[in-house]
Amino acid sequence: MKILFTLAAMVLTATAVPANAALNILATVPEWAALAQEIGGDKVKVSSATTGMQDPHRIEARPSLVARARNADLLISTGAELEVGWLPVVLRESGNPRIQPGQPGNFEAAQYVTMLEVPTRLDRADGDVHAAGNPHIQTDPRNILRVGQALSKRLGEIDTANAAAYQANLARFAERWTVAIARWEKTAAPLRGALVVVQHASFTYLLNWLGMKQIATLEPKPGVEPSAAYLSDVVAKTSGRGVKMVIRAAYNSPRPAEWFSREANVPIAVLPFTVGGDEKATDLFSTFDLTISRLVQP
Amino acid sequence: MQNPTISGLAAAIALASPFVVPGVAAAASDADLKLLRAEIAQMKSNYEQQIAALERRLNAAEATAQKAEVSAQKAETTASRAEQIAAVPPVKQPAPPPAANAFNPAISLVLSGMYTHLQNDPNKTPYRIDGFAPSLGEIGPPSRGFNIGESELSLEASIDPMWSGRLTLALPPENGESPEIEEAFIRSSSLPNGFGLTAGRFLSGVGYLNSQHAHTWDFSDAPLPYQAFFGGQLIDDGLQLKWLAPSDIYFSLGAEAINGMSFPSTNNGKNGVETAAFFANVGGDIGNTQSWRAGASYLTTKPRDRVDDPDIASYAISARTKMLIGDFVYKWKPEDSSGASLKLQGEYMRRHENGDLNYLAGTTNSYDSTQSGWYLQSVYQFLPAWRVGYRYDRLDYGHIDNVDVAAGNIPGLNPYNPSRNTVMFDWSPSEFSRFRVQFARDKARNDITDNQVWLHYIVNLGAHGAHKY
Repeated sequence: MKILFTLAAMVLTATAVPANAALNILATVPEWAALAQEIGGDKVKVSSATTGMQDPHRIEARPSLVARARNADLLISTGAELEVGWLPVVLRESGNPRIQPGQPGNFEAAQYVTMLEVPTRLDRADGDVHAAGNPHIQTDPRNILRVGQALSKRLGEIDTANAAAYQANLARFAERWTVAIARWEKTAAPLRGALVVVQHASFTYLLNWLGMKQIATLEPKPGVEPSAAYLSDVVAKTSGRGVKMVIRAAYNSPRPAEWFSREANVPIAVLPFTVGGDEKATDLFSTFDLTISRLVQP
Repeated sequence: MQNPTISGLAAAIALASPFVVPGVAAAASDADLKLLRAEIAQMKSNYEQQIAALERRLNAAEATAQKAEVSAQKAETTASRAEQIAAVPPVKQPAPPPAANAFNPAISLVLSGMYTHLQNDPNKTPYRIDGFAPSLGEIGPPSRGFNIGESELSLEASIDPMWSGRLTLALPPENGESPEIEEAFIRSSSLPNGFGLTAGRFLSGVGYLNSQHAHTWDFSDAPLPYQAFFGGQLIDDGLQLKWLAPSDIYFSLGAEAINGMSFPSTNNGKNGVETAAFFANVGGDIGNTQSWRAGASYLTTKPRDRVDDPDIASYAISARTKMLIGDFVYKWKPEDSSGASLKLQGEYMRRHENGDLNYLAGTTNSYDSTQSGWYLQSVYQFLPAWRVGYRYDRLDYGHIDNVDVAAGNIPGLNPYNPSRNTVMFDWSPSEFSRFRVQFARDKARNDITDNQVWLHYIVNLGAHGAHKY
């Protein structure tokens, strides 16, 4: 009975608390948190479920995430099954109807870009395949802008009072971002047509943007650890083809890329993959600055 | 640019007034007047200088404004370029699948199989936990040799905007046994303010391991306290209400009204609710690499004529049962690419029963017992797909006050503290498969030390299940 009284008392206090002035946003990964901050400015309070050094595939439905989801006005996820291993549990336990799938408070970035590597057959024998396509869309800056436009619109729908501010912030961001894209494209122009080997298919969109060509991955199947025999095979198949570099994300294990680099005598480019994936990658701009400079000088 | 100009002028006037006013009012000497005139002239030139400076600033401001206009025009061109970039053909929505099965639930199938090598043949001397009333559940290892463990088929989907539903069938390894319904519930999906309601058959929210499916456990069997106090796992029919606090720290409360079909309860065929459970959990993060959860649970029930064996029933207990459970879990996962992680968890259970014990369907004497148990386990992932773990579980006999127990009439309830040491090692080549070897030195029986080896595979087909913390 005591517990019931406590429960009732807590419900009353909970409903009595006035709505927080800032819009509460929970992003599953740092890139969407950074984008939401650019567009939301001081009208939003943003947190990310993961840091730039964590593998976004391997996150757990931690109690702190459930607590944050409980209070969120907007949940920004990548979608395309990237968060399938933990987000459904967080949503279910959150007791927050605003951010459930299909509600305005549930925003999936992958819905606003053209997906690459959409599998033609679905079979787990092919590894950890995503039915909707490769989910690492944030490595192409043009996708960031596309998602940003949709996000600013969504923010305006949820928080109509500040819709103009979100629109203005987006315009400012878009201007700076477009200038930056032009700069990155210019710097990376010599990389067009370069052949590369990647550790996990994390950079499909980046390579597509810069016109680089991925000729092999160090994972035999997505999400499957490589064996020594497989790595030797990749070295044999790629030798003599003028591979420019081997690319890995900051959160990947360094071993396979290092081994390949040594055996094939090819430099390694360690890319931040997302905001916070390197000390220098503090926001979206610096993340791409660093990515381009690491690609140009691996 | 306008504001600084105005405030600058205002400041100049404010500065001047105290000098001007007293100067005019005073009847002063010539020398004084001269001095005053000189001062005024000085001030006048000062103002002129200041005004000239202000004019220069104003001009500069105007120029900047013009420049701003130009850059605004430029910005417009960049904006149109941004629009160009963003205006890539919108994503083609995938064609909806054929209407007949478009709304089929997500299907997930768990297949499990094991080989057990047991020093002691459970067919000759059945497994029991000495000192504790039999829970009549799934206790102890399976029989020697190969068996398909407990495979599970699960169907889940949204029902409408308000509810979702789930059915889980457990397929028992023995031939001729029909599938058991492990879960069959509907759950609210749109209750506001952190509330969640579940109705039907579900895994009770008490403790830590209880609400998780057995195939997600880190060891191939339940810890001894779960086997002794819940017959493996507390699963029952009823209602569950959960509430999550709107705080930054995770804090949740839950209450269940259940039927009491399974141990330690009995189904008494009465209206109303005789079995209730309450639980509270807190949890959070420590930095970016550590997380934890702790909980406390309370269960109360009223078993009537609960027997030790449905066939022979040497005794039956009718009592008021109260159980307390404390649990915690701590996880560490460094922010590096090594794939290492650590999990530490433990639970403590304490049961108090007060009532009567009926011996051999004859004499009935008072019965009062307080018994407890706990386990502590740790699992370390040292490479992305490889884990090693250790578990120690133990039960404490506590006390049983009853004439027949004291007389030694009931051998199964003679004082004894069962314990067990377990080591496991597993490999998960993908998210969907796990292969485990487990060694246990089991002292659940007071006269037998059983060395057990388990080889176990668990695989997941179909829908990608999301795991609980």
